[in-house]
Amino acid sequence: MTQAIRLTMAAVLLALTTQLAIAETTTAKDDAWPGLVTDVFQDRKMTADPAIISLEAPYRAEDAAIVPIAINAAPPPGDSRYVARITVLVDNNPSPVAATFEFGPKAGVSHLETRVRVNQYTNIHAVAELSDGTLYVAEKFVKASGGCSAPALKDAAEAAANVGVMKLKQFPPKDGGSTLREAQLMVRHPQNSGMQMDQMSHTYIPPWFIDELAIHQGDDLLLKVTGGISLSEDPNLRFTYIPNGATTFNVTATDTEQKTYKGSWPVQPSGS
Amino acid sequence: MIFNALREKQRKSYIHMTNRPIDSAYQKVDGPRAVQQQKPLPRRCIAGLGNLASLALMAAMALSCSLAEAAPLTITEIAPGVFAHQGQVEPMTLGNRGNIANIGFIVGDKSVAVVDTGGSVAEAQDLLETIRSTTDKPISHVILTHMHPDHIFGSAAFLRPDVAFVGHARLNAAIEARYSYYLEANRPILGEKLVRELSQAHVTLPVADRLDIDLGGRIISLRAWPLAHTDNDLTVLDQKTGVMFTGDLVFTTHTPSIDGSIRGWLKVLDEMARMPVSKIVPGHGAIGAPWPAAMQAEQRYLNVLVDDIKAALAANKTLAETVETAGRSEAGNWLLFDDYNKRNVTTAFAELEWE
Ligand SMILES: [Zn+2]
Repeated sequence: MTQAIRLTMAAVLLALTTQLAIAETTTAKDDAWPGLVTDVFQDRKMTADPAIISLEAPYRAEDAAIVPIAINAAPPPGDSRYVARITVLVDNNPSPVAATFEFGPKAGVSHLETRVRVNQYTNIHAVAELSDGTLYVAEKFVKASGGCSAPALKDAAEAAANVGVMKLKQFPPKDGGSTLREAQLMVRHPQNSGMQMDQMSHTYIPPWFIDELAIHQGDDLLLKVTGGISLSEDPNLRFTYIPNGATTFNVTATDTEQKTYKGSWPVQPSGS
Repeated sequence: MIFNALREKQRKSYIHMTNRPIDSAYQKVDGPRAVQQQKPLPRRCIAGLGNLASLALMAAMALSCSLAEAAPLTITEIAPGVFAHQGQVEPMTLGNRGNIANIGFIVGDKSVAVVDTGGSVAEAQDLLETIRSTTDKPISHVILTHMHPDHIFGSAAFLRPDVAFVGHARLNAAIEARYSYYLEANRPILGEKLVRELSQAHVTLPVADRLDIDLGGRIISLRAWPLAHTDNDLTVLDQKTGVMFTGDLVFTTHTPSIDGSIRGWLKVLDEMARMPVSKIVPGHGAIGAPWPAAMQAEQRYLNVLVDDIKAALAANKTLAETVETAGRSEAGNWLLFDDYNKRNVTTAFAELEWE
């Protein structure tokens, strides 16, 4: 083999491997979803059925640190199954599973809103597991905004001073006679991602976030959230539910430093 | 197009030739002090010929070397010794090289203070060129009004052991927390070349509250503000002429952007309105506008946002619903409204829903 041919072949090989490398990174970046289905759901079959689960998210994330998402999930009318669990995944985030919501059998949470962090262009998936174990999925593409939006850390000192402060809002029924009620729980917490650098020590600020939060009406579980760093600073949950007649809401949250935060509020009468 | 590309190429080699090692440039500066005259930056063009693929490209490079000396930036002397450049009212792009913020400099009898360094090292090199063609006084201070990329990305052009970098006492922490995010967010916008030239700005002279700097026969008064546009806003008031560089505490024409607190910002504006200021260089929009008239549009916009969001909260609207409606009545009064308003509503909603 002459030197020239050898060189040409090397060049072709190099070009090929470069191409392959590019193709590989593009696929990995563009479609993290199949891997997540394997890792998070053990390749279980899931169906896209907008009548059972739908997801709303802005096409363009105006503030990448606070991206509002809304999920509607309920079994078909007359079906005796209930929604046992909803998992929210921000596919391209470093920690894709943003939160898992578990629901009490009679909670009747059919609408749920929260806020997530989005690091880059990504699909967001919401996967509902009905009480018989069947999975339904909804998907939305979100463009993270460029410009000067940044990870939330607006006033670190103030954020640290208010950790664990909670607020519960109860809304009157939207359509008068409905049995559904709506409430919103807000918790002050910086939700440190573990990806921010400490300026003095040049070490990463360790992750610090709420990893479990449960809301009960009386003794019955409404919903329990197992969360990660992809939930926005000051976690915020707004949801509909079916009242069980209890007189108090009880909330317990724990964070990754094993600190526990509790709150209790009287259930407001639905009004007339 | 071709000319621009070559110009960028040339600019890069020029910067590589003149950049000092970062370690020596970060030497500690103890405080404001005059410095000896700086040598002008060498403006030779030496291309790395080993990398050139063809004679044609070499010829093109040679041509670009003769054409592409750093070009001075358009500058206006808005008061004696106070110079300001008005940035484009548009998003940062490769085409405008991040030149979107208002930047400037103040010349004293002894030395020069630069206020903000612009959105790229390329833009900052042009500012440096303008300064050198305006005065032979050395640069003693580079003042950064806040953390945003369009105000600090040019800082590498001014790195020298004898230049104090001045900023809010919270600025280093704020940049530290966001810098890698800023790089990644701007890479697709500014392009790989402009981003590769950047190095992280670092304050050597922090301002916790107030600081007066003597440029020689001329005192400039710096003030660090509480949470407003960001948590690290700093204003620069020239005592001699009453001109104030407000940083992004004031936007005119360009839609304001909230990256701090809407309530805090309105409070700070009230206090700024009482300061003895003749005219301002806002962060974005027309330079030299009279004070306090220049901030009234922004104040009105922020108040409209508060009112609209409070009304939405009272009506139990969600964040997603409110983003579609709040502030809409202001759309006709601002440029880039759709780029910023919804984000502002999001940020302000997350603040006001706790009240
Ligand atoms: Zn700004």
